[in-house]
Amino acid sequence: MIRLLKPIFFEAASKNVFRTMVARYSVATGSKEHIDSLVKGKKVVVFMKGTPEAPRCGFSNAVVQILNFHGVENYSAHDVLADENLRKGIKDYTNWPTIPQVFIGGEFVGGCDIMLEMHKNGELIEELKKVDIKSALLDQEKGNKKEG
Amino acid sequence: MKNVFSHCPRILAGLNRLMATQTNMTVEQTIRQKLQETFQPKFLEVINESYMHNVPKGSETHFKVVVVSEKFDSQPMIKRHRMVNEVLKDELSSGVHALSIMTKTPQQWNESGNNIGKSPPCRGGAGL
Repeated sequence: MIRLLKPIFFEAASKNVFRTMVARYSVATGSKEHIDSLVKGKKVVVFMKGTPEAPRCGFSNAVVQILNFHGVENYSAHDVLADENLRKGIKDYTNWPTIPQVFIGGEFVGGCDIMLEMHKNGELIEELKKVDIKSALLDQEKGNKKEG
Repeated sequence: MKNVFSHCPRILAGLNRLMATQTNMTVEQTIRQKLQETFQPKFLEVINESYMHNVPKGSETHFKVVVVSEKFDSQPMIKRHRMVNEVLKDELSSGVHALSIMTKTPQQWNESGNNIGKSPPCRGGAGL
């Protein structure tokens, strides 16, 4: 019986529980190396309060909405409320005191205010282009022109 | 000491008030004074938005600052925000955990029609 259950348990443990344990209790999640591994080589990465499906802060929600608006879908989001080490680590990593924090192409872009401003002045479209993401706003503009 | 209570906004807010009464200045006044001294702004607004969030009445946890200063000339936005964050470092590491920043040069300020945008509504996790 134990022999039968062991692999099942072990697999479940190694996949989910273990990952959660590491996230919650290991200091390593806040280390520079770990955060490097989260952001480097990724197109868009967001450190936020809550998840994109259920943001737990108005500023984090605003960032999610902006990315939605531009049709950015496959970005990775990390919930800092689920990991205190990550929450502290990311602030040290960027020397930026507040959450959310957005990275594009491995580079720290800024928080909610900066994303909002870049959205308004069109810079965000350019930044996304650099990582081969075509903003959905461009398609919309084209559509509007055709109609007009 | 304050880091110990970083999970508990109520205690933090209390501590904050205590500190403020010791110096006879509210956090809002301190922020205003520091920004005034550093940036000598043409326009300065410090708005306590804590009432919009899930924190006790009278809290000083959520702020929005609008700074219009020539010192931002030819500085990219991220640098401007870093300048403001640096000046308010002590406040941000104690009780203030949300700071919305608007930085403009006098020229940009005039062009924008002196418009201060609204902060997004709270999503319930304010004290977290």
